[in-house]
Amino acid sequence: MIKSILIFNNHGKPRLIRFYQFFPEDMQQQIIRETFHLVSKRDDSVCNFLEGGSLIGGSDYKLIYRHYATLYFVFCVDSCESELGILDLIQVFVETLDKCFENVCELDLIFHVDKVHYILQQVVMGGMVLETNMNEIVAQVENQNRLEKSEGGLSAAPARAVSAVKNMNLPEIPRNINIGDINIKVPNLSPFV
Amino acid sequence: MSDVVEKTLTALPSLLSLDSQPGTGKLSGTSKLGNLIRNIAELTSKHDEEKLIKKELAAIKEHVSSPNTTLRQMKEIMVRMIYCEMLGYEASFGYIHAIKLAQQGSLLEKRVGYLAVSLFLNESHELLLLLVNTVLKDLQSTNLIEVCMALTVTSQIFPKDMIPAVLPLVEDKLQHSKEIIRRKAVLALYKFYLIAPNQVQHIHDKFRKALCDKDPDVMAASLHIYGQMIKENPEGYKDLTESFVTILKQVVGGKLPVEFNYHSVPAPWLQIQLLRILALLGKDDQSTSELMYDVLDESVRRAEINHNMTYAILFECVKTVYTIYPKSDLLEKAAKCIGKFVLSPKINLKYLGLKALTYVIQQDPNLALQHQMTIIECLDHSDPIVKRETLELLYRITNGQNVTVIVEKMLDFLRQSKDEYTTIDLVGKVAELAEKYPFTDNNEWFIQTMNIVLSVGGDVMQPDIPNNFLRLLAEGFENETEDHQLRLHAVNSYLSLLEKDNVHVPQRFLQVISWVLGEYFFLKAETKPEVVLDKLGRLLDQSFVTSETKGWIIAAITKLSSHTVCPNTVAEVAQKYTTSLDTVLRQHAFELKHLNEDRDLIRRVLPLDASCEDIEVDTSLSFLDGFVADALGRGAAPYKPHHQRQEELSQEKALNYEPYGLSLPVSLSSCSITGRQSPTGLSLSSGLSGNSTEMGPKGGSNSLKLEGVRNVWGKEGYLPQKETTAEGTLQVLPGHEGPGTEESAMENASLQPDLASPTIPEEDQEKQQLASSLFVGLGSHNTLCLMGKSENTSQRFRRKTNKTQESSNASEKFSDSSISSRSTVESLMDNNILENTSSEQETELTTLNQSSNQASEFQDSTTPDGLLNGGEREKQDMSSDPSGQAPSLFTGGDMVILQPSCAAAENEQPPATRPPPSLPTELSQLAHSGVQGLCSNESIAVSACKIYKDDSVVLVVFITNKSTSAIKDIIVRFAPTELKVSESTSHGFPLLEGQNTANCQCSVLMEKPCAQGALVGSIAYQAEPEKSSELQFSLAFALADFIRPLTISTEEYGKLWLAFSNDVKQNLKLLSDAKDPLTATLNALKETLQLHIVDIIGTEGIVACQLLPAIPCLLHCRINTGMLAVWLRSPSPDLPDCLLYQCQKAIQKL
Repeated sequence: MIKSILIFNNHGKPRLIRFYQFFPEDMQQQIIRETFHLVSKRDDSVCNFLEGGSLIGGSDYKLIYRHYATLYFVFCVDSCESELGILDLIQVFVETLDKCFENVCELDLIFHVDKVHYILQQVVMGGMVLETNMNEIVAQVENQNRLEKSEGGLSAAPARAVSAVKNMNLPEIPRNINIGDINIKVPNLSPFV
Repeated sequence: MSDVVEKTLTALPSLLSLDSQPGTGKLSGTSKLGNLIRNIAELTSKHDEEKLIKKELAAIKEHVSSPNTTLRQMKEIMVRMIYCEMLGYEASFGYIHAIKLAQQGSLLEKRVGYLAVSLFLNESHELLLLLVNTVLKDLQSTNLIEVCMALTVTSQIFPKDMIPAVLPLVEDKLQHSKEIIRRKAVLALYKFYLIAPNQVQHIHDKFRKALCDKDPDVMAASLHIYGQMIKENPEGYKDLTESFVTILKQVVGGKLPVEFNYHSVPAPWLQIQLLRILALLGKDDQSTSELMYDVLDESVRRAEINHNMTYAILFECVKTVYTIYPKSDLLEKAAKCIGKFVLSPKINLKYLGLKALTYVIQQDPNLALQHQMTIIECLDHSDPIVKRETLELLYRITNGQNVTVIVEKMLDFLRQSKDEYTTIDLVGKVAELAEKYPFTDNNEWFIQTMNIVLSVGGDVMQPDIPNNFLRLLAEGFENETEDHQLRLHAVNSYLSLLEKDNVHVPQRFLQVISWVLGEYFFLKAETKPEVVLDKLGRLLDQSFVTSETKGWIIAAITKLSSHTVCPNTVAEVAQKYTTSLDTVLRQHAFELKHLNEDRDLIRRVLPLDASCEDIEVDTSLSFLDGFVADALGRGAAPYKPHHQRQEELSQEKALNYEPYGLSLPVSLSSCSITGRQSPTGLSLSSGLSGNSTEMGPKGGSNSLKLEGVRNVWGKEGYLPQKETTAEGTLQVLPGHEGPGTEESAMENASLQPDLASPTIPEEDQEKQQLASSLFVGLGSHNTLCLMGKSENTSQRFRRKTNKTQESSNASEKFSDSSISSRSTVESLMDNNILENTSSEQETELTTLNQSSNQASEFQDSTTPDGLLNGGEREKQDMSSDPSGQAPSLFTGGDMVILQPSCAAAENEQPPATRPPPSLPTELSQLAHSGVQGLCSNESIAVSACKIYKDDSVVLVVFITNKSTSAIKDIIVRFAPTELKVSESTSHGFPLLEGQNTANCQCSVLMEKPCAQGALVGSIAYQAEPEKSSELQFSLAFALADFIRPLTISTEEYGKLWLAFSNDVKQNLKLLSDAKDPLTATLNALKETLQLHIVDIIGTEGIVACQLLPAIPCLLHCRINTGMLAVWLRSPSPDLPDCLLYQCQKAIQKL
């Protein structure tokens, strides 16, 4: 499971923090500070894994991070996650940000903290990896953006129209998976004992 | 990609100044968030930031509470609040508004509201309750996005007790037509499963449906759940292995649509998940493992190196191959993969390669030899993380010959490391290694290593390191002169350390120094005690010494002063600290002062070199019995234990909202008149010691009372610790079989082709030397050459275990008289008793149990006659019941129950190819499970049978020698898990003839309540001389195995109910077809779970039971709209939950 996702810049200023396990506010800030302290010491030629140690709870946890220009993306995960898998997940996340913001930069993250959160919600849900397909994530986000535009345009319109938009069913996300070919079957479906 | 975030913060000022330029279109010039961020960016100090944010928050507060704020504005405010919270400033006043926004807003506002809620609130926040209705509404919405938001928020912050509210709706979503909803619902349910597994256990078959969902994404989501469930109980899902294999085969074979590819690798994350699940399923299971060999081979083959992601899959493949039952050609391929990792120039891969090596090193030490040069290089790597991982690897391959080099490397690293966590971890490992091989080099090495450990580890290390060190020093090893040398070294090095001025030594180290000097100063004859005293005295005046350490120093001074003619230093110290503000120091000082005045006494109290002698302590304070009796005679009130006083106090003061209120005053008065407590009530307090009134009835016997007193210290020192260390050392034995000499190691090294090349640069030569010293004793070449020596070392450890066994035997919680009979039992069991002789042993066991029973009952009561009555009544209850109760009680659960009557019939059945070992007749009279095979191979078979006694669960382990020749040195050991095996954790049989069966018994306890626990153990034996083998086994126990009825009256029930604080409520299904549903359901529960029905009044019933040995759990059941509302209470926080789970299972079965 992913315990937390931290994004901060080269100076340790937090740009996005998301904890999937509860920590009190001051603990959170301390974790950010210490993580920054650990990560910033390491130059780009060393490995992308760190043992979190006592930071977030025991030796079972590790920090997996990537450094892009001015920003550090740090994922704190337990032993159920694959190191290299998470490393590439960060890549997927950043590439998605890049697509959504058209050449993403730190400023985008600062001024659109909420949007970054929405994108993250498509990738990770409650600490579990939900979606790793970039096109899929972008499609979901764009759907929501379309909604934002239409609702923003309708803000002055009569209430009935607004509610009509609200209740409209989103068109199904275009996705051509030919299920017939996949044919993943689970034989021996004996009732659960 | 690294230039994705090219625009940096350095661009910020220019962007800010050009507000109106098109490039800043993204940031609205007038937005308040924009202003806030801009203002913060302009600040220079943290203090200014704080001031600014405080101001901002005040403005927001005013804004949100104003009725004129529209939801639209509120949305903007929320984002600002999120920003402030991210910077670490609390905005708790706005939480309620976030909930409101999620509730009332339009879709967009709702989205912000939900986001804010999930960021601000946590599982235990009280405002969360206000969110439930909103979530319920949105879950039922027709709008996809609303449903998604609701599902996300439930998976993020919903606590245990709110799950039932949303569970049915989330469950429904599994059938939703949109895959995204199904996927999110599966993940939400997985989260519920993690938080409260028993609440979702009824939908396990729906998980199966999710697993075969037509959408691969939903299937992938369900793997989260299966991964977790299989981790907890691999046995239960073996039937799914084929399905997982099929899925993986299709994924690897590229049957998924191309959208699932990531850098042309098909669904890599999915593959990783599947490989992990297969590893869990195939572990220690040959037939299951065979199913997956093909697909693993395919995975390894297909994973051609073209991207990082293929390495991720390869890494998982390697781990899986090494976890499941081994297959040689797969292992070979996996080893090659590891080579690719280790030799890779990419640092991440190197790190993972080292990790993989660490993982497989126990199975395949030769692999380390292959890569020894790389490992040496990694030792000097610039990345401390890689270095650390290398040390971890070396730690695993440590043996008697390379320990000095490895420890030296570790200490090098320690001296450089500043990270506290690393220090703690590494210091512990060094200490462990040093203790394991104390005499490798010479005595000095051990002391010197420990000195560095103590000074570097300082005050952050685990406290048991100095304790273990002192214990080892005090107890010594097998050789008197070596022990003497060791201690002398210690004294010498400490004296020279104290020689220096201004030594700054960690407190723990100082404590060790003062203890050793106090205990062993006499070993160094040429230094007079006065000199040592002087040094310690000076240390005492140092300002950096904490008062705890001062206590240690004064204790040392006290010991020293017993052997000198009271010099001035002692008097000064005593004088100075008798006025200390620290009470502990003051007490030490007074002791010192008074002991010094009485030379005879001090010599008697503090004899020389006697730290390991036993001190008899009357923990029951029986010498005060007369005093207590006098006081009672003069009308003093009898002593009541703490919990009883609390209970009475709470009954007097608090308003009573509880049921059973009416009966309370009666029981209260009867209780205060007789001063007697119900035996069951008191069984709670059996852990209390030193309760003087409890000693009253003991009368004549002056034997030491050991029941209920945890026997922590014994002849050999601290018992549990000793046991574990002894176990630890023993387990490592197979790892370093056959330590070789330097020569053979060199030979070893030269066997490597790449090393043997004639022209070796000097630097490489150094490395090779290091390699030969590091990897000495590994691999198979040299296992044979030093058999004699290895025997020697193992002898040392074996000796220690025996010692522990003895000591743990001696520490049994039985009174003196029973110890002797106990040891006969032990020896009988050791002597390889077959079934016919074991009846005798059994009778002894039962009498022992009875006597212990009685003893504990006596202890539980407070006044003589009341007690006996109570005890006897309890006994009668117990003895009258078994015929009617015991056999029928165990019909539930997953084991086969043989009732006594059919046990005989069972024996008459025609024997199978090999007759299953049968129980001794005495035991077969008791309720017991069927004999269950645990593990077997061609020469030996182990099976076990659970015996359900009234007061314990006894496990009888049968060891059958299947071969015709004798097997020697059989040792059965149990590893500590949530189940505790009492008495000794290992049993040994020196010899077992061919075709014979031996058995051993041990009683099993559930230490911490859990729904299901596994008892893990191993059996080691020597089928052929000099070749020992080991088999692992495990046996599942359910909570129901340890539940026994608790016979109490309604009054007692009422009292206990109030005393317990941990409760759980839940609705259960009712057996509605019966005439009296409540009675029928409760009776059914009673039958399957061994509960005691205390009373049934109308639509309510009260039930009691206990978890062995004596953790009570009370159930209050009430019929409520066709359901059975059950309310459980217990003093143990985990028991109600687990018991509820068992009840659910039991009712489902009916």
